[in-house]
Amino acid sequence: MSILINRDTRVITQGITGKTGQFHTRMCRDYAYGKDCFVAGVNPKKAGEDFEGIPVFATVREAKQATGATVSVIYVPPPFAAAAIDEAVDAELDLVICITEGIPVRDMLRTCYKMQGRETRLIGPNCPGIITPDEIKIGIMPGYIHKKGRIGVVSRSGTLTYEAVAQLMGQGLGQSTCIGIGGDPVNGLKHLDVMKLFNDDDETDAVLMVGEIGGSDEEDCARWVRDNMQKPLVGFIAGLTAPPGRRMGHAGAVISGGKGTAQEKLAVLEECGIKVTRNPAEMGKVLKSVLR
Amino acid sequence: MKIHEYQAKDILRGFGINTPRGIACFSIDEAVTAAEQLGGSAWVVKAQIHAGGRGKGGGVKLAKSLDEVKQFAAKILGMTLVTHQTGPQGQVVRRLLIEQGVDIAKELYIGLVVDRSSRRVCLVASSEGGMDIEEVAAATPEKIHKVFIDPLVGLTVQSAEDVARKIGIEDSAVAETRTLLQDLYQAYDSTDASLLEINPLILTAEGRLVALDAKMNFDDNALFRHPDIAKLRDLDEEDPAEIEASRHDLSYISLDGNIGCLVNGAGLAMATMDIIKLYGGNPANFLDVGGGATAEKVAEAFKLMLRNPNLQAILINIFGGIMKCDVIAEGVVAAAREVKLKVPLVVRLEGTNVDLGKKILAESGLPIISAGNMADAAEKAVTAAASAAESAMGGA
Repeated sequence: MSILINRDTRVITQGITGKTGQFHTRMCRDYAYGKDCFVAGVNPKKAGEDFEGIPVFATVREAKQATGATVSVIYVPPPFAAAAIDEAVDAELDLVICITEGIPVRDMLRTCYKMQGRETRLIGPNCPGIITPDEIKIGIMPGYIHKKGRIGVVSRSGTLTYEAVAQLMGQGLGQSTCIGIGGDPVNGLKHLDVMKLFNDDDETDAVLMVGEIGGSDEEDCARWVRDNMQKPLVGFIAGLTAPPGRRMGHAGAVISGGKGTAQEKLAVLEECGIKVTRNPAEMGKVLKSVLR
Repeated sequence: MKIHEYQAKDILRGFGINTPRGIACFSIDEAVTAAEQLGGSAWVVKAQIHAGGRGKGGGVKLAKSLDEVKQFAAKILGMTLVTHQTGPQGQVVRRLLIEQGVDIAKELYIGLVVDRSSRRVCLVASSEGGMDIEEVAAATPEKIHKVFIDPLVGLTVQSAEDVARKIGIEDSAVAETRTLLQDLYQAYDSTDASLLEINPLILTAEGRLVALDAKMNFDDNALFRHPDIAKLRDLDEEDPAEIEASRHDLSYISLDGNIGCLVNGAGLAMATMDIIKLYGGNPANFLDVGGGATAEKVAEAFKLMLRNPNLQAILINIFGGIMKCDVIAEGVVAAAREVKLKVPLVVRLEGTNVDLGKKILAESGLPIISAGNMADAAEKAVTAAASAAESAMGGA
């Protein structure tokens, strides 16, 4: 089944008329079944127009009503991106993927608070998006490096996820779904949430989890995996050499107060019986070694 | 972004929070004049640098006379202050804060920070002020009290008063403490702070609550809506290479190794540093050129790394997605020519237009060492750096 998205998913693009939105909408539409999947755009000032045949609506709610779409992807600039998520949540979409990088934490705190008790799931912000290879890609990852298969990938990073996928491909392993949950400190789905979905997915045989310094999402996930996961899992944590107190590119990648180090995370993963590799060049190889 | 203590106190006063009377100074004369203006018989001379732990490092002194103010100001201004937060190279003191001495009856700790797992701002309070809060948390976790704040509700009267009692505030002062905590949360929230720490918050002999120290950091992503705070940035406190990087929208952090890394994406950049270390080398920097870098941006990034005198090899690791490998290759070739590259350069390209990129590198005539994957790249960079270091030593 893959998780969260497949060829039947219908997608609204928020921020479709901006430069980034246009570029990636084209790429997504040209990937696999993308032409059927990307059915609407939103821009309150350009309602009634279209982007290369994709109709533009004033609001997410209108786009949903007109097209039946249940998922949105957001390329709206950072000062307005949290409000765009709020709008998608208010329109009761199933899933929102926010690509935008640089949203103030305070905005995300409020948005996540308002999402409590709602059905809508959020991926990101500051993420590459999600892809179910050979069916649909929603986001900015290069589609062609992927191939349909039975390995799930979840990661906080962008290019490091592509690296992981390329290594899987080098081992002849395709992917069920790959998700970048984003590099921000306050975000939507966490490793744990995605792991539960992969565990329940009958098209996923094993999972590659790519983490990084900062926070405790990987540890929280590991503890759940220890008691519940039915499938093999391999973990890698980036940032073993990262100095404390410095923000390593991602707003969320910072070791603060001695917490969130890669060493600490790797130790917890191992304690929970998860196979880890400290060598980022061997993620694919190690994943292959745990397949049953 | 970080600011100085005196700047944080200025902001907090705007939210109704008491601080000792104080004046920021840039010279010894200014320090003495400030002490005269403040009056009284005791002053605290405080080094203003962005790092904590200043007291232990000798950057905070209590002066009992104007002569002592002069003496301490002379000693502290210009000194290289080394604390557990500055790293071994320390930080030169260029600013002082002269404050009136205050009688301390009790020292408390108050902090505000984002808790990632609960997605809430967390108020941390302790009766053990004036100490390293990490140590308090490790030794006596029962003395650390936390309140998780709902962003749309704010810090409620109930939870503020509860926490005040837990840190040993007497009934008569609970109302005042509650107001102070609410004001602090207001200051934190409305300025888009990422950290607010008052250590210590003191209770004076007269029963007043005063923020004796103040530390505020801000969310870089929110500075666009706080131009007044953005202006407080002190470039003297930052690494010149990192300032240059931020001008070009590059994410750069200096490290103490000798292998420069140029990578697209923060996660891959960290992983590249890690694999260099794994193969026995040491990264000279973290450098993320971002997802949509242009040839010009790559060239700037290249020059930035070359400013490092310790540099003995460069490793470029690019996974082209949106960013095409041929564009990167062109940027690398142009930059290498322009700067007359003297250190070995290892390049690993993967992804979009990788063959075209490799061809551009091969046909450039530059002595570029091409690598097939991350492990190969790390191994080659470590070997190249080691032999460059060896020949440099042989030459000397």
